[in-house]
Amino acid sequence: MECARLPTRGLDEESAGWLRRLGAGGGERQAAERELHARLVRIALAEVRRRSGGTPVAGRELDDVAHQAAGDAMLAILGKLGNFRGESRFTTWAYRFVILEVSAKLGRHYWRNPPVALDAGQWERLPDRFGIDPARQAEAAGVLAEVRRVVDDELTAHQRRVFVAIVVDGIPLDALAAELGLRRNALYKVIFDARRKIRRALVANGYLEEPGGERR
Amino acid sequence: MSDLGRLERFLRTDPRDVGCDEALAVLHIYVEVVAAGGDAAGRYPGVAAHLAACGPCAEDFAGLLLAVTSA
Repeated sequence: MECARLPTRGLDEESAGWLRRLGAGGGERQAAERELHARLVRIALAEVRRRSGGTPVAGRELDDVAHQAAGDAMLAILGKLGNFRGESRFTTWAYRFVILEVSAKLGRHYWRNPPVALDAGQWERLPDRFGIDPARQAEAAGVLAEVRRVVDDELTAHQRRVFVAIVVDGIPLDALAAELGLRRNALYKVIFDARRKIRRALVANGYLEEPGGERR
Repeated sequence: MSDLGRLERFLRTDPRDVGCDEALAVLHIYVEVVAAGGDAAGRYPGVAAHLAACGPCAEDFAGLLLAVTSA
């Protein structure tokens, strides 16, 4: 097998070792790949267990997610070895891939047994989402009604759908991204703009104070 | 107003927030600074602002930090 000879100058010793072995041929490279894959599996399994309380994915499916994430992360890492610039240790750079794969896969698997359907619009649960004490929900009702009015009247149809799914219905952002075929960043920007729009309306209509004004 | 604190914090946006793509692009560097006890928020204020507001990216940060520190 041909040696890829990845550049190692300026790297810490451990990172340089990984690159040397992964860029070598034959058995040395295979051994390094096996070792890296084993680490990715261990991290993925720990990560899905750490997140198990926040996802409907459970049991054997969680382990499947972890193994799939490790496998896909491995492929991505090997395909992008040339992009590693030594800004962190090699292992930290590599572990990022598996953590992000776990997020994406948990988002996709959410829809196999979703606790809430897309577009459910459970507005009655909004006080709970923001931890408002049931005894004080009557006081908060005016503010929450104004939030809903702004969502209904001032957000675009896309902003409204995304806001309701994520904020009102509590659908994980990565799950919605998978369902709508959008990137996490795109949905975050939609929510970011919606937050600003709602806050400005609440301040303008006297429902919230403006402590020192928005920083933008 | 205290009962509305979470709602108010959620609605408040930080103009330094760099978004998910930029934050995740440097997450491995940010995590190493944190793991070493360095001033990651001072070095990357836009990433810190993002992680404070974005649940999914904050989860990724927590998971990567744990992976690095427990290895």
